[in-house]
Amino acid sequence: MTAIYLDHAATTPVHPDVIQAMTAVLAEDFGNPSSVHSFGRKARQHLDQARAIAAQSLHAGERDIIFTSGGTEANNMAITGAAFANQEKGKHVITTKIEHHAVLHTINNLEQQGFEISYLDVDETGQITVEQVQEALREDTILVSIMMVNNETGVIQPIAAIGEILHDHQAYFHTDAVQAYGILPIDINILQVDLLTVSSHKINGPKGLGFLYSNKEVTLEPIQYGGEQERKRRPGTENVAGIVGFAKAIELVQREQASCFTAYQQYRDQFVQELEQQGVNFLINGKQDQSVPSIINISFPGTNVESLLMNFDLSGVAASSGSACTAGSVDPSHVLSAMFSPENERTNNSIRFSFGLANDLDNIKEAAGKVAAIVNRLTK
Amino acid sequence: MKDNKDTRVVVGMSGGVDSSVTALLLKQQGYDVVGIFMKNWDDTDENGVCTATEDFDDVIRVCNQIGIPYYGVNFEKQYWDKVFTYFLDEYKAGRTPNPDVMCNKEIKFKAFLEHALSLGADYVATGHYAQVRREGDHVEMLRGVDENKDQTYFLNQLSEDVLRKVMFPLGHLPKAEVRRIAKENNLATADKKDSTGICFIGERNFKEFLSEYLPAQPGKIMTLDGIEKGTHDGLMYYTIGQRQGLGIGGPGGPWFVVGKNLADNILYVGAEYHNDALYSEGLVADALNWINEQPAEPFHCTAKFRYRQKDHGVMVYPNPDGTVKVVFDNPERAITPGQAIVFYQDEVCLGGGTINDVLKNDQPISYVG
Repeated sequence: MTAIYLDHAATTPVHPDVIQAMTAVLAEDFGNPSSVHSFGRKARQHLDQARAIAAQSLHAGERDIIFTSGGTEANNMAITGAAFANQEKGKHVITTKIEHHAVLHTINNLEQQGFEISYLDVDETGQITVEQVQEALREDTILVSIMMVNNETGVIQPIAAIGEILHDHQAYFHTDAVQAYGILPIDINILQVDLLTVSSHKINGPKGLGFLYSNKEVTLEPIQYGGEQERKRRPGTENVAGIVGFAKAIELVQREQASCFTAYQQYRDQFVQELEQQGVNFLINGKQDQSVPSIINISFPGTNVESLLMNFDLSGVAASSGSACTAGSVDPSHVLSAMFSPENERTNNSIRFSFGLANDLDNIKEAAGKVAAIVNRLTK
Repeated sequence: MKDNKDTRVVVGMSGGVDSSVTALLLKQQGYDVVGIFMKNWDDTDENGVCTATEDFDDVIRVCNQIGIPYYGVNFEKQYWDKVFTYFLDEYKAGRTPNPDVMCNKEIKFKAFLEHALSLGADYVATGHYAQVRREGDHVEMLRGVDENKDQTYFLNQLSEDVLRKVMFPLGHLPKAEVRRIAKENNLATADKKDSTGICFIGERNFKEFLSEYLPAQPGKIMTLDGIEKGTHDGLMYYTIGQRQGLGIGGPGGPWFVVGKNLADNILYVGAEYHNDALYSEGLVADALNWINEQPAEPFHCTAKFRYRQKDHGVMVYPNPDGTVKVVFDNPERAITPGQAIVFYQDEVCLGGGTINDVLKNDQPISYVG
């Protein structure tokens, strides 16, 4: 039995071209980009090319790209860095209750350090409104951090519109674009964001890599010390092979964005259609016409997350609930809790399916059939 | 009969050596084995580390060694409602509960069994030292071969229907052999210490733990003749027959707990281990479970009144209301209300119940119940 992977929002298979690009660098170009010799220069060349590719993908400048160890580090750097560097201008920060924990826990930490935080609520649509941001905004707000696409529901947040109202405000605008990047076109000039987070392993690149876009006006307090790399903002010898792989992955998603978007729409439609045809009782969470097609979050009334996930896995379908686990058991999702309440049945019977490179129409249909059979067995 | 490879067995894994070897043996026998860790209690230590996380890490290591899938499942709510609430209620009533019996009845062989069946399991298995004997449709529970480890005492509330879906792969093995198998196969848990005490209390001080949940009411310690001997910290901290922790010395001792008066908050003590007040001739038990047939007529069998005790001969008299009167062949010491009484016919465990009244001259002893 070959298991079918429907958990691309958790991580993605590495693209063969990425493996090839990385292998070549690992085998041949081991130099340290900071070294003053030919080996170093070769490595530096790889690094500069990768940085150019990352910058172009956002219509940004090369100096605005800081390579990191992943999305979590980029989020920490953006939030902690910007808050501490700008605390003399105010100590108020705005975020939402549906952020990834890499943002939410970083901001919780700011709160413990004396910053004042506004956590915006969401309703059942799973979408923040511009008006909420407007209302929460104060003169002493120094940072607004709102994700571009929610990792559990796929709901797209109105980043450009929020960017517009923040345009003439002192607050820096950070967006965690980990789930959006590669699926939606991103132009930082249109979005008007100051800080933006991207992760490599969500776009078929290697794990342990990401970047933070930080426009040149933003002052960031470093969260690490020890070298001149990344303009002192991220010291430590660069993971050159990984960065090359990441850049290759960026090129690939840029090139295939439109066709992937269409393919994922087909997958999503096919998946939902198959469930309907099998008579499955289900509800889709979040505003569907405002979602990316790569993520769908489905509630199955009369079931529970733990039983569903184990059954899916045992029958060869890999999905997730999109939320944290303690000692192997699933905690209720904070995103669905914010949308429906922690006690709501929907918060405890919903599964996230996310599509990507490992899928085609055939295995989507097969997976949906297995999901339908399990849900029907458990509920009928 | 299905082939072993088509027979799914879901193993309840605690991260200990017994359940690790259970999973290993089943895998070696060719079953379709799935390991599941139950998180029944939210226990975070002073460093913010949840002990369940460490145990689950051990489950992961062992399952990867064996080559079986593993999951975790959360029964904290069920455990609180069905086991912990009972545990506190019994202490409040001045009795000595047995949460392990309740955990087996309500969690491991109910909530967990149901969960396993929802995963298409044919059987659940645990690392208990007990045996299941299947003869056609007739299923019995036998003691574990290792006399010192036999756990049927804790399993007395299982029904024949439940046992039909249960495997105890360690029941025919001595504990030393289980350790040996674990070592031979380099299982990550081979040298892990056996857990002791009640699972949710762990290594902590029992008194301290209980005081977090129940208000302690200090009172007088007295002899049955009404002589004051000191003060106790709260009746719930003491159990019948206990010697340690009374804090009374002086002439006439050593002193043992012989009873409690809940209404007046008095702890009764008596001198000497074999104090006559500690001895009784029978008991009444309720919450009876008969694994196979419910007896209609009086019969003779053996019984245990606490874990790891030797068997004692008893006559069992079924009452019309489903309770039983038990009359001991010889007087018994320190029979404790709230504890389980478990009946055996040779190697077969017949079932058991909860000790309610303790009898002398066919009358309940007022100072015990």
